[in-house]
Formats: sequence, C-alpha cells, structure tokens
Amino acid sequence: MSEPQKIELACPVPIGQYEKIVMAHGGGGRLMQQLIDQVMLKEFDNSVASEKNDSAVVMANNARLAFTTDSYVVNPLFFPGGDIGKMAVCGTLNDLAMSGARPLYLSCGFIIEEGFAIESLQTIVQSMSQQAKAAGVEIVTGDTKVVEKGKGDGIYINTSGIGCLETPLQISPSMIQQGDVVIINGDIGRHGIAIMAARENFKLEQPLESDCADVSGLVKLLLDAGLEIHCMRDLTRGGLVTALVEISATANKHIMLQEAALAVPDTVRSVCELLGLDPCYVANEGRFISVLPAEQAEQALAVMHAHPLGKGAAIIGTVEAANNGLVTMKNKIGTTRILELLSGSQLPRIC
Amino acid sequence: MKYVDEFRCSEHVELLAKEIKKTCTQPWTIMELCGGQTHAIMKYGIDQLLPESISLVHGPGCPVCVTPLASIDKAIAIAALDEVIFCTFGDMLRVPGSTKDLMTVKAEGGDVRAVYSPMEAVELAQQFPDKQVVFFAVGFETTIPTTAMAAYQAKQLGLKNFKLLVSHVRVPPAMEAILASPENRVQGFLAAGNVCVVMGYHEYLPIAQKYQVPIVVTGFEPVDILRGILQCIQQLEQGRSVVENQYERVVTQAGNVTAQAMIERVFKVATQTWRGLGEISMSGFELNTDYAEIEAENYFQLAHINTKEPAECRSGEVLQGILKPSACPEFGVRCTPERPLGATMVSAEGACAAYFAYRRQNSD
Repeated sequence: MSEPQKIELACPVPIGQYEKIVMAHGGGGRLMQQLIDQVMLKEFDNSVASEKNDSAVVMANNARLAFTTDSYVVNPLFFPGGDIGKMAVCGTLNDLAMSGARPLYLSCGFIIEEGFAIESLQTIVQSMSQQAKAAGVEIVTGDTKVVEKGKGDGIYINTSGIGCLETPLQISPSMIQQGDVVIINGDIGRHGIAIMAARENFKLEQPLESDCADVSGLVKLLLDAGLEIHCMRDLTRGGLVTALVEISATANKHIMLQEAALAVPDTVRSVCELLGLDPCYVANEGRFISVLPAEQAEQALAVMHAHPLGKGAAIIGTVEAANNGLVTMKNKIGTTRILELLSGSQLPRIC
Repeated sequence: MKYVDEFRCSEHVELLAKEIKKTCTQPWTIMELCGGQTHAIMKYGIDQLLPESISLVHGPGCPVCVTPLASIDKAIAIAALDEVIFCTFGDMLRVPGSTKDLMTVKAEGGDVRAVYSPMEAVELAQQFPDKQVVFFAVGFETTIPTTAMAAYQAKQLGLKNFKLLVSHVRVPPAMEAILASPENRVQGFLAAGNVCVVMGYHEYLPIAQKYQVPIVVTGFEPVDILRGILQCIQQLEQGRSVVENQYERVVTQAGNVTAQAMIERVFKVATQTWRGLGEISMSGFELNTDYAEIEAENYFQLAHINTKEPAECRSGEVLQGILKPSACPEFGVRCTPERPLGATMVSAEGACAAYFAYRRQNSD
C-alpha cells in the first residue's frame, strides 16, 4: 500500500443488558451479581439476604442459626476425586462452615432425567451419605422430580443446610480490618481443571484430582483454638479472585495478594498456560480463605498444618489501609495489578 | 515450569529494566502489535518498569477487535438457522453484532459451540451429517493454518456439510496502513511472535526499510517483551531500522513453510475490511476456487448483509495507537466488559479490556 488512506473509525452498536439468560449469567462474575442485585434482591430485599454471605445467619428462639442452599450441576457427574453427590454435601457443609456454624441437618432435592441409570443414582446417594456421616450431620428431608429425556443433564441436586452458631464471633466481610492477613488452606485450581480434563478428555501426564472436601472439621478446629476470625469464604465458582473481590467490595477495603505466596499445582499451571486461563479464577471445592489479625497468623497456620485439609496452608495477602474496595496483586516481578471480577466464565482465547 | 519460569524471572526482568533506562535518552513510541502482548504488558505491569519517556501503544493485533460488524452479523444470521451447528472461538461469543451477540443466539436456541480448534468442527460435521457445521474463521496468520488444515481434512473426508465463514486477516498490510496514516506516531514495532512462528519475518524486511522503522519480533513473557523493547530502543537511539528477532527460540526468518503451504493450498490473499481501520487491500483471505463450495457466505446467501459500523466508539483510534484506552471518555463509564461499546472491550485480548482488568484506577 503506497497511498495514505483515511482511516474510518468504526464501532458496533452497544448491547444493552441481556433480555434473556445467557450462560455468562451463571459464571459467578459481574453478570451474575447484576442478576442477583437487579432481579432477586430487588424483590427479596431484607437485611439478611442483602449481606450476600455464603450462609444466612438468622435468629430462632434466641438461637443463632446458619441457613444455606446450593444447587449442583456438573459435567461429568463422576470425576477424579469425587462425584456430584460428594460435591452437593461438601459444598453445603462448607457454606455453613464459612459463617462459623456447626452443620446439623441437610435437605436434598433431586431433579433426574428420564433414562438415568438407577445404579448411578445409588452411587451418588451413597457418596452423599458417606460425606454426611463423616461430618456428623443427617440428611433429614428431600424431594425427587423426574424430567423428560433431553430436559436435564442426567441429574441436578440441590442441598440446603442448617447449622448452629456456637461462636460469639460475627464472621462476615464487613468485619475485616487493616492489618489482617488472608490465609488459604492449600493450593488452587484443582477442581476446575480436573473437571475440565475429565470432560474434554485431556491426557494429563500427572493425574489430577478435584480437591472436593468438607472443610467444616478444619474450621471447627480454628474456632475452637479461639482465633478471632473476621471473615471466611470458600473458593468455589469464580475461584480465589471472585471470593476476594466480593469481600473487598462489601467491606470497602483494599486486599493485597502476593503472587509468590500462591501455590498452583504443576498440572493445573500447565493446563492454564496452554489454554490461556488464570488459575486465580478457577473453581475449587475444598479451599477457603480466612481473614484474621496478623498476630494470630502463626497460630492459625499451626492449626491448619496439623489437619489433612490444611497441610498447604499459607498467608497469601493482607488487608491494607486504603478504603477502595479493590483487590490487587503484587506480581513476582515487583509490579502490581488489579484483580477484577470476570463478566462471566473465563472464555477460551483465540490465540 | 520449563520455558516459562525463566522468562518470568524477576532478576532478569530487573536487569533488563535497568538496561532500558540506561539506553533510553529521549521519548519513543513503540507499538506492540499483538493483543496477547498488550495483555502480558498489563498483567505483569511491564509499563511500570519503563522510563516515562517510552510510550507503549497497542496495535490492531486482537482478532476479535478487528473483525468487522458485517462479519459478526453474518455469523449471527447463520448461527440462528435450525440446520446449523455454529462453531466459534470462545471470545467471539460476546462480541456484539448490530442487535445481539452469539451468546444471545445460543440462549434463543441456536446451536452455538465454543471450540478450541477448527478440527473440532470437522469432527462435528462427521458426527452430525444432517447438520451444516459452520466454523467462524477469524484470526491472524497464527490461526489460519489450522483453519486451512480443517478445510483440507473436510475435503479429504468428502464432507459436504462443513462450511467456513472467513474473516481472517494479515498483519503486514495493517502495519503499512498505520505507518502510512498521516496521524501515525509509531516509531518502532514489537511484531507478534506467534504470527512469525508461522509466517517467519521476511515480509517485514521491506516495511522496516521503506518506513525506516525498527521491527523486533517479540514473544509474550515479561523477559521477552522487555528484551523486545530494549532491542527496539537500541535501534531507535542508534538511528537504525532493521528487523530483529528476539523470539529466536521459536521463530525463524522463513517460518513454518509447511503451514504456509497449507494456507496457500486453501486460501488466496484478498481485500479485507477491518473494524476500526476500514478496507485494506491484500490484508485478508478468501477461499481458493477448489474450496469455494465450503464458503458459508455464498452457501447461506448472505452477501446482502453489509452492516456499517456507527462511529460511536473510538476503538479505531485505540487500534491505531492514537488513543489510550483509559483516555477515552467512555472508558469504564458507558463502556465496560458487560456493556462494551466496542470489540476492544469485549475480547480478553482487547486493549480496552486489558486496561479495564488490570489498570482501572489509573488515568495514564
């Protein structure tokens, strides 16, 4: 090309808010927040729901109870390290534990697709039962619906849970303070990548298992040790960053993460590097962060390191002075960057 | 992790940053051509390590951002058809067409699938002989060989239900369009290492000479990018303008000749419209006569879709390096990743999205 050409500026018409539900609304990112705020909370507005905690803390006859619900849709239903049944029980136990509650009772709702093998259902129910027993909770009520072939994905499970709060602590994002540390109980990214590898048939050199686990026992140890925990969050859909951004935004505090302190298993890292994914946004099912005063960090780490689900525990960040509601990461090379909510899920990149 | 950790090593980064500071005596403007490089710069904060006199501007190297609105509208029209399985790279799902995006088409019942490789579309075509399987072929020279391979395989397999909606683009004509523009302020280029893996860098030699501009073929890790910048600054300071290869571990001057042959077998160079840059001759591809029957645009008779972009968003200026994303008055105000005004905010590789994700509070 030899002639200078007039470059015409051009751009598409802006899309307004979606009029229909798209998959990104389920990704745990900003589109989901928008849906919760503009559709759900607009109608269900009350002080408990507005706190947007993993569990609602309510009073009943002077007892403080934690109450939570979660629905589980996962493909494949059986994966290395667990199945949908194990996830459905552990996930709800973990949500209760994150408020500091001791889990007591669970409910379960099954939506099963016509043609689903009873044997598979038995396996799923058995693993639910095993997990519940191990945690000392009972599944006391349930519901079963069957939908026509093609109108479900094998099986969907909803579990709700009730727990009692025996700690006087109020464990909530609004409690975090400057000088607190953020402690994680292990490495990140195992569940999301294990599921993806199983779904897409990746041939991994090192086998990778989901970290799916019930952490309520470990949380109980932390509470029994008398640690003044300000906030806890499990790092499920949207991963570590999504949990931290929700906390920092609610508390209007600045959380600074140290990239060098984050442990990412080699296999998770390799898959993420290949596919252009960030492990900080990949789902976990047995990892949580706790935010507590720096002077209690050593004690908290000692408690965690003594428990099988806390062997990889580490301090990964701090609550800073600024009241800006931001999460930033100190990169290994000394620079910093902002960590943001994704719009929806991470999208595979072109090149 | 081998081949990754050594290129993110903080000691190397520090040494290179020092060397750049020492070398640079005056203001220089360098364009990194690839959206992947833009993201690496933002993610690793590489601009924070540079002297203020070096401006990095972001080039048109994000395939999502430069795909014209008419192509998106064609994709949406095809994807909505009952007989079609529409396959696309994930980041195209949320690029807005004139009324909706592919994600909405999917929500409305269209069979839209995100794939990692066009070969997946070939497999789907074998699996679903009653459907037309259409792959949305976008991207630079990096992705073109895989599209060509998919077309070749589909032909070998005798598949009659595999189609391509082609909107591929070539880097060198876009570089020339930028350099020839009267508003150009780019003094040196970091060429996209991934593109050069395929194409080599012989095409850049005449450009460096004609426009007296240094071009350094550069990789994507912090050490790569800093080395690329250093080599570019050294040339600028010394008044040289040649093509250098920082990304020697994977790039050769000739490139991957097998991949190039596959491209030539399936495609021929053609005029292409770029979002933001307009029509540029020889900057795209169309299918060769042998492959004309898999052209989706003809098969679905979509020539009438010729949407022009309204000049509301300034992504064109961003893509040419005239406007920094954060200097756009709509940045983060009316334009966010949820409600993108332009494609530069949609794709993870888009310059505006990179700024929004990593540098929202700065106003540099």
